Amino acid sequence: MDKLVIAGREFSSRLMVGTGKFASNQAMVDAMEHSGSEIVTVALRRVDIDNPEDSLLTHIDRNRYLLLPNTSGARDAEEAIRLARLARSAGCEPWIKLEVTPDPYYLLPDPIETLKAAEVLVKEGFVVLPYMPADPVLAKHLEEAGTATVMPLGAPIGTNRGLRTRDHIAIIIEQAKVPVVVDAGLGAPSHAAEAMEMGADAVLVNTALADTPDPAAMGRAFKKGVEAGREAYLAGLGPQRNKAEASSPLTGFLRD
Amino acid sequence: MQLKINGQSRSFDSPLTIIQLLQQLELSPERVVIELNKKILTAEAHDTALNEGDNLEIIQFVGGG
Repeated sequence: MDKLVIAGREFSSRLMVGTGKFASNQAMVDAMEHSGSEIVTVALRRVDIDNPEDSLLTHIDRNRYLLLPNTSGARDAEEAIRLARLARSAGCEPWIKLEVTPDPYYLLPDPIETLKAAEVLVKEGFVVLPYMPADPVLAKHLEEAGTATVMPLGAPIGTNRGLRTRDHIAIIIEQAKVPVVVDAGLGAPSHAAEAMEMGADAVLVNTALADTPDPAAMGRAFKKGVEAGREAYLAGLGPQRNKAEASSPLTGFLRD
Repeated sequence: MQLKINGQSRSFDSPLTIIQLLQQLELSPERVVIELNKKILTAEAHDTALNEGDNLEIIQFVGGG
């Protein structure tokens, strides 16, 4: 498979995975390993002082996975910038999945605050991967602001509903000069394959891996879906037609 | 001395440095990030002495998408 390059760094896998909502740390590690992913997202939250849990980072092999902290929970640019700076101060590389979601019901990204935060974080030297509405004009603005990728949503976070924004994602892919990572809403390997067949550079999946009794098997299934979609895209899909075009010869039939 | 930690007021004996506070809370310094009065503290600043009314955020990585 051809390499994915983000901000000058090469990755063999085009599947990024999230670490949220798994039934156990072991289930999370299984999903990560079997997915073949090299980039995993994490969130920042307050420590429960009265009941500190075991640290997530003890379960993630930092030599194998690039840790991509997100700014989830941020409701505006200021909160997102604060979380990004905190993540960097924790000794992470300055990569950040920028996420600004003011509305907890649909968790849709705020385009204006996302762009504002991206402009600041790029200037501060962050490699910014912004979660965004599937809006081709916004994708251009983010790219011009210097983001390393654009990450349009397929459907709202955690919905498993697939590529509901397909037509706009197609325009984003057509126009983008940075990698397009389809994030959010991909609930099945076929959804991931569909995004990759369209020419997306990568996908990010979390809920679909955590929402199954067998995260390891689902990790493998998504890996195959992503690889199949990429390979088909590189091979070049045949055109769609309105009328049938016979696959078998239309001569030499056994009749008079 | 009263400190506000993660939004809650708590009492501690002074003097107290950040590193001593983490020891009392049984938190290892490598796993947390600390904001003191909205300023991020680097690991080298963990010997900073705390003062009455200081506002701390003690944060860690958790699972997320």
